[in-house]
Parts: sequence; C-alpha cells; structure tokens
Amino acid sequence: MKWRDPLLLVVALLLLWEALYLVIGDVALRSPLATVRSLGTLLADPAFAPHVRETLLAFAQAFVIAVVVGLALGVSLGAAPLAGEAAEPVLVALYSLPKITLYPVILLVFGIGMPAKVAFGAIHGIVPIALFAMNAIRNIPAIHLKSAQALKLTRFATARAVLVPAALPEIVTGVRVGFSLALIGTILGEMFGSQRGLGYLLIQAMSLHDIDRILALTLLLVLFAAAVGALLLALDRRLHFRT
Amino acid sequence: MTPARLRLAFIVAAVAALEILCRTGIIPLITMIAPSAMVRALYEVLASGKFNRDIAATLANVSASIAAAMLVGVALGTALQGLGAVRRVLDPLFATWYAIPIYAFYPLLIVILGLGELPQIAIGFLLAVMAVILNTLNGLDRVPPVLLKAARSHRLGALATAFKVRLPCAAPYLFAGFRLAVAYSFIGVIGAEFITSSRGIGYEISYAYNNFDNRVMYAMILFILALVVAVNMSLHVWELRLLARRQR
Repeated sequence: MKWRDPLLLVVALLLLWEALYLVIGDVALRSPLATVRSLGTLLADPAFAPHVRETLLAFAQAFVIAVVVGLALGVSLGAAPLAGEAAEPVLVALYSLPKITLYPVILLVFGIGMPAKVAFGAIHGIVPIALFAMNAIRNIPAIHLKSAQALKLTRFATARAVLVPAALPEIVTGVRVGFSLALIGTILGEMFGSQRGLGYLLIQAMSLHDIDRILALTLLLVLFAAAVGALLLALDRRLHFRT
Repeated sequence: MTPARLRLAFIVAAVAALEILCRTGIIPLITMIAPSAMVRALYEVLASGKFNRDIAATLANVSASIAAAMLVGVALGTALQGLGAVRRVLDPLFATWYAIPIYAFYPLLIVILGLGELPQIAIGFLLAVMAVILNTLNGLDRVPPVLLKAARSHRLGALATAFKVRLPCAAPYLFAGFRLAVAYSFIGVIGAEFITSSRGIGYEISYAYNNFDNRVMYAMILFILALVVAVNMSLHVWELRLLARRQR
C-alpha cells in the first residue's frame, strides 16, 4: 500500500509525457521509451563518463562548501540576535536575487573552469541553508537553554543534548533546499563557463538541436535530483515527526 | 544600536571596502569596476535610453509570469485542497519540484512555444506557480473549521465559500506565495533571457560580458540588484501593513 501512491504518480507522469509526445511529435520531443533508450546509449558511451564525474565532483565540492559555510553563518547569526536581525533582510534579498546575473562576475574572478562552477553552485546553496539554520537556532525555546543551565551542563554537553536535537529538523530542511539549488547552480555554471560536465553537454546539445541528447540529459538530471531529493525528504519528515 | 542601523553600517562598510580595493587596483579593472563607477555607468546607460526596450520587455515578462502563476496557482491550490486523494499522490512531485533543473526544459519550451517571449514567461511561471500552490494549500489548511460551519449554515455554495470565507482567511499565506512568485518570476525570466533570447536585461548582461564591456555589464547587474531589493522591500512593508490591519 505504501508504494501505491508514488507508483500512481510515476505512471501518470509517463502517460502525460507520452500524450504530449503524441501531440507535439518528433520536432521537439521523444517518447519516454525512446528517451530511456538514448539515455542507455549515452551511458554506454565511454566518452560520457568523464563528464558525469566532472559534474559530480564540482557538485560535491559546491554542496560541501554550501553546507559548511551556510551552517557556520546561520548558527552564528542565530546565536547573536542583533546581528541576525540585521542580516535577515540582506539574506532574503540575496535569496530572491537572480544569481545568474552575478555569473559574469564569478567568471571574471575565478576564470573558466572548475573553481567558477563550484563557486556558483555554492553561492546558490549557502543562503537557504544559512536562513533555515538561523531560524532553527532562534526558535529553540529559552526554557530548554535555561534547564541546561540549571543542570550545569558544559557548553559541549548543551550543544550535544539540547541545541543539535532541537535545531536538527529545520537544519535538514535547509540542507534539502540547499541541495537542489546547489545542483541547479552547478549545472548552470557548466552551461556558461565550462568545457566539461553535464551542463556543458546540455548547452552543446541545445545549440545543435540534438533532441535525443537534450531529453536524455534532462531525464538523467531529473532522476538524480528526484532520487536524492526524495531521500532527504524522507529524512526531513522522519526528524519532523519524531517526538 | 538598532538592527536597521547595524545593517546600514555593514552595507556602507562593504561598499566602501569594495571601492577602496578597486581604486587601489587590488581588484583589477578587468575584474570589477569601482561601485562609484558602476553608479555613474548606470546613470549614463539609463539616461541614454538605449536599454529602455530591454527593461520594458523584462518587466512585462516578469509581470505576465507573476499574474499567470497567481491565477493558476491559487485556482489549483483551492481545487486540490478539496481532493485529498489526488493531493496525496501529487505530494512527492510538489516536494521535489525545486530539485528539478527547470532550465533543462528550456529547449523543449522554445520548440513548443516558439522563439518569442513565451518560453521566458513559461520558465518564470513554472518556478513561481509551485510556491503559490504550496502556500495556498498551507493557508487553506489553516482555515478554522468554525468559519466553514458558519458558511454552511448560511448555505453558501462551494464557490461562494471559497471567495467569501476560505481565500480571505488564507490571505497572509497567499501574500507569502505572492512574494515568492515575484522572486521566482525574476529568477526564471532573467535566467532564461541569459541562456537564449534576443532582448531583455539578462540578454544585455550576457551580451556585454561576451564583448568585454564591463561598464555596461556592471551597470545592468547593479540595476537588477537595486530593482529586486526595492521590490522586495516594498512588498515586505506592504505585508507588515496588511498584517497590522488584520490584528486590529
């Protein structure tokens, strides 16, 4: 029974895709089956693996930087109410800024290649992680901290027994949002300033109007994003509903 | 020191530091021009009027995306709230929506919608509509049952209940959705203009970058920054005013 709903969703999406294909035809779309087949040929191509590795490597670095910097920023701003209140509107403004406009600046600073992609992915992920972490720390009830004080817990014990368990659910939500954005940022970075990686292949296929390849790459990216997204979501829900 | 003053001091200090780094040549001119030079370049570009067409195109597309996302998002959210089973099935899609790299669908959208303004609007719409749907659902879930009972005892129909009771009651959440729709529409439209388009602010930035025209590039980047911050702040003030009125 647990699997019925997700299965229904996948079947519905596949039917929608097939219907769209029947309406639009071969000019812009391929059927789901044909796309899976071209993804198969793409994955079997030995020239493809280095691009996947490049993207994964760039994304992993961007994500780690986003989590470390985002958490450090968010936790320290959450612990300092004045600075946190001063910083929040700035962070929200950064979040709603089309960061793609900053891409030329990143390229001019880092040059074309790996560091630019990593930086671009990281700046996408840092802000949501920092915002969620800041609110997580802020929303810890004062009484929890007071009882830790009353029990004479050391600073480390307070962090381990009170701060982390209380803030973790919100922090995981932030990391989940940061994951998606860092992935999109890395791919976008590859689209404009790189000679390798999935984003580069995608923009190349776009300019060659190679529909098979565009769809195969899109499917691969969506599958990866959805799989990790679902995993993080499951973790997120478990932490939120635990009492 | 109030938070607002601390924030102002921080921003002023950051801009001043950037100005000094640029003026002393620690940041070379080909990387970044000084903030004061950006402001001057922006003034010249705006006064010359050569980008008026692009600015108008971008703003029109962003507005179209916001309007479509609000209409479709609120309608879908309201409809879905009554359909528990459908909502449960769609839930994983909603939760992973923002993990999907929407820009990857851009070539597909170009072929379906043509090379005009519609693909850009569609990208903004796809990003914005999900935030509106989620906030609408969230707001409607919190309508107190007693209000719905009152509506029933007045024999309001489903549509009348939606327009007179449920949606007004969910207004703060709808406004939160609206704010996100504005932000995502800017992100989507300008991003799409950046990838492939023949006009718009995003296009002009990428054109200036490709031609090593740093003055125009930084002028337009500053323009977007100022525009998005100004829109966000005014929405924030508006929201606070609405909330204050509700509490009276």
